[in-house]
Amino acid sequence: MPILSTTTEAPQGALSSLRTRFSGYGLTLSILLLCILLSIPIITIFYSVFSSSDGVWEHLASTVLYDYISQSALLMVGVGVSVLFLGIGPAWLVTMTKFPGSRILEWALVLPLAMPAYIIAYTYTGMLDVGGPLQSWIRDTFDVRYGDYWFPEIRSIGGAITMLSLVLYPYVYLLTRTAFVEQSVCVLEVSRTLGASPFKAFSRVAIPLARPAIIAGLSLVLMETLADYGTVQYFGVSAFTAGIFRTWFGLGSPTAAAQLAAVLMIFILMLVLAEHWSRAKARYHHTSNKYTRLPRIELHGWKRAGAMAYCYLPVLLGFLIPFIQLSLWAVETWELLDRSNFMTLFANSLKLASITAIIALGLGLFITYSKRLRPGILLRGIVRVLSLGYAIPGTVVAVGVLIPFAWFDNTLDSWMRQHFDYSTGLIFSGTLVAVVFAYLVRFLPVSMNTLDAGLGKVKPTMDDVGRSLGLRPLQILRRVHIPVIKSSLLTASLLVFVDVLKELPATLILRPFNFNTLAIRTYELANQERLAEASSTALMIVLAGIIPVIILSLTISKSRPGYESST
Amino acid sequence: MRTVLTVIGTLMCFSAAQADEVNIYSARQENLIKPILDIYTQETGTTINLVTGGADELIQRLALEGANSPADLLLTVDVGRLHRAKEAGVLQPVTSALLESEIPSQYRDSEGYWYALSLRSRVIVYDKERVDPSQITSYADLAAPMWRNSVCVRSSSNIYNQSLVASMVSHNGVAQTEEWVKGLVANFARNPQGGDRDQITAIAAGQCKLALVNTYYLGGLLTSSNAGDREDGEAVAVLWPDQEGSGAHINISGAAVTKASKNKDAAVALMEYLASDEAQHWYAETNNEYPVRADVPVSDVLESWGEFKADDLALEQLGIHNAEAVRLMDRAGWK
Repeated sequence: MPILSTTTEAPQGALSSLRTRFSGYGLTLSILLLCILLSIPIITIFYSVFSSSDGVWEHLASTVLYDYISQSALLMVGVGVSVLFLGIGPAWLVTMTKFPGSRILEWALVLPLAMPAYIIAYTYTGMLDVGGPLQSWIRDTFDVRYGDYWFPEIRSIGGAITMLSLVLYPYVYLLTRTAFVEQSVCVLEVSRTLGASPFKAFSRVAIPLARPAIIAGLSLVLMETLADYGTVQYFGVSAFTAGIFRTWFGLGSPTAAAQLAAVLMIFILMLVLAEHWSRAKARYHHTSNKYTRLPRIELHGWKRAGAMAYCYLPVLLGFLIPFIQLSLWAVETWELLDRSNFMTLFANSLKLASITAIIALGLGLFITYSKRLRPGILLRGIVRVLSLGYAIPGTVVAVGVLIPFAWFDNTLDSWMRQHFDYSTGLIFSGTLVAVVFAYLVRFLPVSMNTLDAGLGKVKPTMDDVGRSLGLRPLQILRRVHIPVIKSSLLTASLLVFVDVLKELPATLILRPFNFNTLAIRTYELANQERLAEASSTALMIVLAGIIPVIILSLTISKSRPGYESST
Repeated sequence: MRTVLTVIGTLMCFSAAQADEVNIYSARQENLIKPILDIYTQETGTTINLVTGGADELIQRLALEGANSPADLLLTVDVGRLHRAKEAGVLQPVTSALLESEIPSQYRDSEGYWYALSLRSRVIVYDKERVDPSQITSYADLAAPMWRNSVCVRSSSNIYNQSLVASMVSHNGVAQTEEWVKGLVANFARNPQGGDRDQITAIAAGQCKLALVNTYYLGGLLTSSNAGDREDGEAVAVLWPDQEGSGAHINISGAAVTKASKNKDAAVALMEYLASDEAQHWYAETNNEYPVRADVPVSDVLESWGEFKADDLALEQLGIHNAEAVRLMDRAGWK
């Protein structure tokens, strides 16, 4: 077998015997069962396609359906293009070049991730809306009335695209940067010796090599965009999610609403498959194990100014400005605030976020590793279904979780009553177990996507070598893969952690009595249009998210093989 | 084994029955309900457990949890959802001489499934500087061509708008209401967006002249600690619509006992407390709502807007016509 073929097709020999051995373990079976369990809420929604919705579709099709589709499509294209622009360029610049502040930007560029989308939307609206300080100042200073001057309408589809892009680009940035950092510098050097300019080396070599990571980040962004409800609803954009809730509650047709959600998922499934096929047989493993410290180019003159503007802009708009505004509001409303249980809220949020992040990491790792060893059609199919969870609005997931949990509890209860004359009541419904389960349905794809992109870069021959040295599959995972994809592991747990901190609808519906989180408190005040009072808890969400973000970013830089070598 | 379990079960039932406890699913947000519940706990020793959330989602949770649901009481902030809960079969009727004598009949379900606890009206507010209030007297006037490009209102996905349109369907029928909505949409100064406060702010900023808002939002602005908020509130005045006709549209916040309730007596006792003098005062002062009882005074801000004629349409009609209202707004292009 020629050496080059490792880049195009995985070798079969040794790995397949490994697969046979691995399949013997109950682990694969239990993972499969777990996957099936987790996909129940999603399958429940798909199942709705077969029920009748009593003419609601005719009504939708003749009135608002076109709006839902076109607005969502516009939102996806707009956000997609913006996050690629905001994510990839800065990732490359801070990895490969030096300019004032580039070390700080490495982690600062991730900060907007800690901002919930609806919070940044509320904040910018407070500043830029027709009654906000900026426009009031314009009117007072130039003595004009509304309509006499031009000002962009913040609550519009353009505004929604901007807000979502500003908080979602870090997904692309983080994953792409991880890929750049893990790339061997050899391929870049080779391309330069073959006469490619630095830009060409970037566009023709680095980007194609980082493609799985970029796509993984982009698909997370697009799924999150489609699942967003808070922002589009506040901005009055008739996107698909707004339509789902309107159909569900307003028209009183849960069936048609679930069918809309199913259409949304089928659409995403098609996108994922299209990407998969376009990749065809290409694989993106590292072909060299030679790592040296990345040669960072020192930038000068206009290049330096340009790079700085490009990299500072997302941090400024996505984090710094809203952060400052929130802080000002927090100071202003400090006296009004009920601070009695701030620490409880903080602890609750952290607890849920860390538990979920750990479980999602473990599960995600085992699932993606099983898929690597034993890419059977069943497991692959289930993983596809699971990966849709991220695109489903949280409320829909929550109800999807309520259905099987309540069914289980009630069935057990009636069985116990019948046979032992004893009522067990609800065991899991209304507990944190249900809450964490819903988080997993929704956020496991984040963890899986990230780990999949990480594992995909490890050559299958690494498994073979480990195997030939007598390691068992789990030992290979522990001693070979985990050290190599350490930064992907960290990225995965961080993304889930921050996502849980920000999560609202599922927590709201599924939580037990008297249990609150920072996100819930923030939302309740913001929902009463008392944004200034909501700012303190919003800030705490952001602060709770910042600490792991910084730790992570520092670790990514250090995680690069060859970081310690002096050249 | 069986007897042991039975004994344990019986013991558990006993202990649950002895300590008074009420479990609440509340669409009224924590800071707007917990203080009065805490007072009740202090006075009576009843333990109250609270989950807040969207009304529709809580109703869904109730329905799925079925007979084992731990909830005793459902609180919502509009009548449409109470009606949906009744239709979904998750409530049970309550008879209470006290509630029936204190709460006027149009503000409770005819079969006793739910009771209103506070009232709010959806009114027209206008720009004090640019609008002559004699030119507008009714909701119908909002569709008049003279108000082209003048009206601000939030999305039709909002339940308060749905309830208002449902009341019009109930009074005037679908066809006439649809004509009205079309005229209203033609008068929009901007695409529907934001919440009710935002519409008032937009008037203050000069983007529109008229808006439809719930009374307590204006009350909230006028009593805000923030000077800018108060200024926005001062820029508008309340216009009570349809005073010659059927009266201003009324919605409620209310409570209902769940079908699965295991503490029904304690739940009813709490409802009665929420209709008491003390609690009604609290509603009026804290959230600028109208007490459901005529003998309890309103807050100063509300008093300054004067007396008004309220629509006495049986509120369950709003729930019955909700879906029709949404379809109609879809057709008329109210986003």
